[in-house]
Amino acid sequence: MPLWSWPCSPCRFQWHLEEVGQELGADGSINIPRIIAAEAETSMTPTEEMNGSGNLMDFLDEPMPDVGTYEDFHTIDWLREKSRDTDRHRKITSKSKESIWEFIKSLLDAWSGWVVMLLIGLLSGTLAGVIDLAVDWMTDLKEGVCLSAFWYSHEQCCWTSNETTFDDRDKCPQWQKWSELMTGHALGGGAYVLNYFLYVMWALFFSFLAVTLVRVFAPYACGSGIPEIKTILSGFIIRGYLGKWTLLIKTVTLVLAVSSGLSLGKEGPLVHVACCCGNLFSSLFSKYSKNEGKRREVLSAAAAAGVSVAFGAPIGGVLFSLEEVSYYFPLKTLWRSFFAALVAAFTLRSINPFGNSRLVLFYVEYHTPWYMAELVPFILLGVFGGLWGTLFIRGNIAWCRRRKTTRLGRYPVLEVMAVTGITAILAFPNPYTRRSTSELISELFNDCGALESSQLCDYINDANMTRPLDDIPDRPAGPGVYTALWQLALALVFKIVITIFTFGMKIPSGLFIPSMAVGAIAGRIVGIAVEQMAYHHHDWIIFKNWCRPGADCVTPGLYAMVGAAACLGGVTRMTVSLVVIMFELTGGLEYIVPLMAAAVTSKWVADAFGKEGIYEAHIQLNGYPFLDVKDEFTHRTLATDVMRPRRGEPPLAVLTQEGTTVEDVEALIKDTDYNGFPVVVSRESERLIGFVQRRDLTVAIKTARQKQDGVVSNSVVYFTEDAPQLPASNPQPLKLRRILNLSPFTVTDHTPMETVVDIFRKLGLRQCLVTRSGRLLGIITKKDVLRHMAQMMNQDPESIMFN
Amino acid sequence: MTRIVLFLQLFSSICFLLLLSSQTTNAKNSEDIRCKCICPPYKDVLGQIYNQNVSLKDCNCLHVVEPMPVEGKDVEAYCLRCECKYEERSSSTIKVTIIIYLSILGLLLLYMVYLTLLEPVLKRRLFGHSQLIQSDDDAGDQQPFANAHDVLSRSRSRSNMLNKVEHAQQRWKRQVQEQRKSVFDRHVVLS
Repeated sequence: MPLWSWPCSPCRFQWHLEEVGQELGADGSINIPRIIAAEAETSMTPTEEMNGSGNLMDFLDEPMPDVGTYEDFHTIDWLREKSRDTDRHRKITSKSKESIWEFIKSLLDAWSGWVVMLLIGLLSGTLAGVIDLAVDWMTDLKEGVCLSAFWYSHEQCCWTSNETTFDDRDKCPQWQKWSELMTGHALGGGAYVLNYFLYVMWALFFSFLAVTLVRVFAPYACGSGIPEIKTILSGFIIRGYLGKWTLLIKTVTLVLAVSSGLSLGKEGPLVHVACCCGNLFSSLFSKYSKNEGKRREVLSAAAAAGVSVAFGAPIGGVLFSLEEVSYYFPLKTLWRSFFAALVAAFTLRSINPFGNSRLVLFYVEYHTPWYMAELVPFILLGVFGGLWGTLFIRGNIAWCRRRKTTRLGRYPVLEVMAVTGITAILAFPNPYTRRSTSELISELFNDCGALESSQLCDYINDANMTRPLDDIPDRPAGPGVYTALWQLALALVFKIVITIFTFGMKIPSGLFIPSMAVGAIAGRIVGIAVEQMAYHHHDWIIFKNWCRPGADCVTPGLYAMVGAAACLGGVTRMTVSLVVIMFELTGGLEYIVPLMAAAVTSKWVADAFGKEGIYEAHIQLNGYPFLDVKDEFTHRTLATDVMRPRRGEPPLAVLTQEGTTVEDVEALIKDTDYNGFPVVVSRESERLIGFVQRRDLTVAIKTARQKQDGVVSNSVVYFTEDAPQLPASNPQPLKLRRILNLSPFTVTDHTPMETVVDIFRKLGLRQCLVTRSGRLLGIITKKDVLRHMAQMMNQDPESIMFN
Repeated sequence: MTRIVLFLQLFSSICFLLLLSSQTTNAKNSEDIRCKCICPPYKDVLGQIYNQNVSLKDCNCLHVVEPMPVEGKDVEAYCLRCECKYEERSSSTIKVTIIIYLSILGLLLLYMVYLTLLEPVLKRRLFGHSQLIQSDDDAGDQQPFANAHDVLSRSRSRSNMLNKVEHAQQRWKRQVQEQRKSVFDRHVVLS
C-alpha cells in the first residue's frame, strides 16, 4: 500500500518558502531550497538580509551543481525533494506572468511529464518488440537455420510453406536442422546426438556471451532488477543502476539469456529496462533530472509500462506498479502510468512481434464455462502455488546467501556456464523443456481442438463426430496423453529444481515465466486428471449434476491458467494485479472467480510459512534500507530506546550556530561518517536550530575555499542570519545559512516507536531528531528504525547495510 | 555536453522508430499475410493444412480450401470443422531488427575484446608501467572532498575533444570497475 498523498500537506503552512533567488535578483539559486520556520523569519525583509550580509559576498549566489544531491547508496529525503519542487513550481508560475516566452516555458514545463511518458512508452515498447523478435530467432537458432533468409525463425521461415499434410506440418524445405545441414540426415541416432550436442553448445555460447558482457560492461544489468527498483523507488540511490550502459547491456544480454534456454523469463528485466528508459528521458528535463523525488514518479510509471509490454496487460501493469513496486504513488502518477502503459502496449502491438496481433505469445481465448464444483481443484492448485512459493523463496534465498558468503560467489562465469550446461543437457531429451518456456506455457494454456498435433491432445476421437470445433465433448485420453503426462511430471520436477538455482545468477533473469510454467504444468496435470475422472465416472455424485456423457465439462487449459496464477502469486504475493494481468491475458471475464480463489489461497498458504515475497526476501538479503509499508509495527518501545547516542556512547556530533572554524568542520567531516549534523545554539544549552547535510556541507566548504576570497582554515563558520562580531584580525567568516534546513523533523523522547515508524514511512524521512523540552537529545535515522524493526522481529540488526 | 549527447540519442532512437514504422507500413507485400486453415480428418479425407495469401475478409474455409476435398453436401460439414486463422507479419521489420541486433552485439563483442585483450598490451607498450600505477592511484582517490564535481570541473578545463572523450571513457571505466567490485567481489548489491 503506497502513499496516496502526502499526509503532511496540512502542516505545510508552518513553512515559509523564501524565494531568495528572486528577491536577491540572482538567477539560478532556486536549486537550493530554503525552508525557514515562519515564526523566526516573518520580520525579515530582503533588504535587511542584504544589509545583514554587509560587504560579505554570499558565495552561494552562483548555483552549485552538487548541493541537494545525494551520494551513492544513500537515502533521499522525500520532504526536502517535495519542498524543492514546490519551490521551483512557484517560481515558474510567478515568472510566467512576466512575458509570453516565460508563459510558453511554463506550459512546456507543465507538459513535460506527459512528454516523458510518451517517450518512455515508445522506447520501452520498441525495445520489448526487438527483444521478442530476437529471442524468437535465437531460440530457434539452437536447433537449425533458415536457408532462404537467416533472420527468420522456424515459424517465419515456413510462413508460406505448402506442406499440406498433417504429419509434415513442421517440416518445410527452407528450414534445416543442424544435422540435416551438416550430414544430410534428419533422422536417426547420429543426427539426434549431433543436434543434442549443438543444442548444448549454442546454449553454452549464448550464456557465456551474456555473462561476460554483463561482467565487462555493466555489472548492474544482472538479476531481475525488481528488488532494486523497489528499493530505489522507496528513496534509495544506486548510481548507474538505471544508466545508459545498463539499458543497452540488459537489453542485449536479456535476449541471449532467454534464448540460451535457461529457466528464466524476460518480464522482470523488462521492468528494469523500462525504468532505465524512464531515467534516460527524465534526464532531458530539469524538472525531473534535478529532483530525485519527481524522478521516482517517472520511474513508477515506467515500471507500469514495463509490465504492460511484458504481459500485454496495460491495466495490469499500472496495478503492478501500484501494488508491488511503487512506494509513493499519487493519483497524478496513476494517470501518467496509465498513459505510458497504453503507449507502450500500442507500440508493441504495431510491431506485432508474434504475428498473432497479440502482445504475448501465450495469449489464449476460450469461453467455455466452469462449474462450482471445480473450485475445489482450483483451491488445491492455490495451495500448491503457495507451497511452491514458500519452497522457492526458502531454497533460492538459501542458495543466494551461500553465493553471497562463500567461495561460490567468486566464480560467477563458471556458475552460469555450469547451470546452463546442466539445464541444456537435461532439457533436450524432454520435448516440453526443450522448447522455450513461453511456448510451453502457450501450449499448456490452449485447450485441445480436434486438430492439435501435440501429444497432449492425443485423445481417442469418435470417428463420426460432426460437431463444430469449440464444443468438443470430453474424450478418453489416448496413449499420447499418458506419455505427455509423465513427461510433464518430469518437466515439473526439473523446472522446480533448476529455477531455484537459476534466479539470482549474474545474468538478466526474471522469475515470472518459470513460476508460471511450474504452475501451468501442475495445473494441466490436475486438469487432465479431473477431466478423465469426469469422463470415466459420470455416475459419481459430484459429476452427476454438471457432467453428462457427451458434454464438454472440463477445460484443462483453464486449470493450467489457474495454476500459473497461483504459483506466480505464491512467489510474488501479488493478488489484484496478478488477477488483472491474467484476465487481460485471456480476455475472459468469467474466469475472474477461479483466478481470485487460487490467488488468495496461494497468498494465505504462502503467508502462513513466511510473510515476505521473493522481492522483499532479496531486499532483506542484500540489506537495502527498504521500509516496507506492508509491515506492521506493534511493539511498545519509545523513541528514546532507539535514538543515538545510546547510554554510555559519546555524545552526538553537533555543530554550533557560530564559533566553529572551517578547520573544525572539516575535521568533523573527516573523523565521522554521519550523513548530517544537527546545528545547536551552543553546546551548553543544546537548543536545536536546524540540520545540515554532510554532502551539502562538504560541497559548500569546498566551493567557498575555491571561489570566495579570504576563506581559510580558521575562518569562522556561522549559520545565523548576521555575521558574528569578530576582531578585525580574524579572517573573513563563512556564512552557511543557505544549506541549513531550519525545519528538521523532531519528536520528543517519549514518542512511541509505532508513531515514529509511521512518520518515517509516510513522510519518507531520512532522519528525525529527538528533543526534550527543546533540548537536543539524539537522532533517529532510517537505518536505526530498520535495525530496530529487525531486532524486534528477532532478526540480525546488522543485516541492514546502507544508510 | 551530456544534454547534447542525450538529444542525439533521442534523435537516433526516434529515427529508429520511424524506420521501423515505415518498414511496417510499406512492406505489406503478399508474402506477409496469410490465411491458414487447419482441417481435421473427416470421414476418409486426411487432415490438411491450407495456406493462402488472402485478405482478412476472405479468410474463411470456402475461399482458402482449394481444391475442396469433399463433394457438394459435405462441404458445409467439412468447413465447420476447419479452423482458419488470419495472420500478418512484417518481414522487413524482422530482418532489420535481427540485423541491427546482431551488429550491436558484434560491436559490443569487438569493444570487449579490445578492452580486455588489446588495450592493456597497447598501453604497456606505449607508456610502460607509469600509466598503470597512476590509474591505480586515481581509483584509490575516494576522499570526501574528491567527488564527481571535482572530476567535472577538471574535465571542463581541458579543451581538447579527444582528451575529453578519453576522460569520459576513463570515468566510465572507473564506474564500471566500482560496480564490478560491489557486485562480484564484495557482494553488497544484487546478490
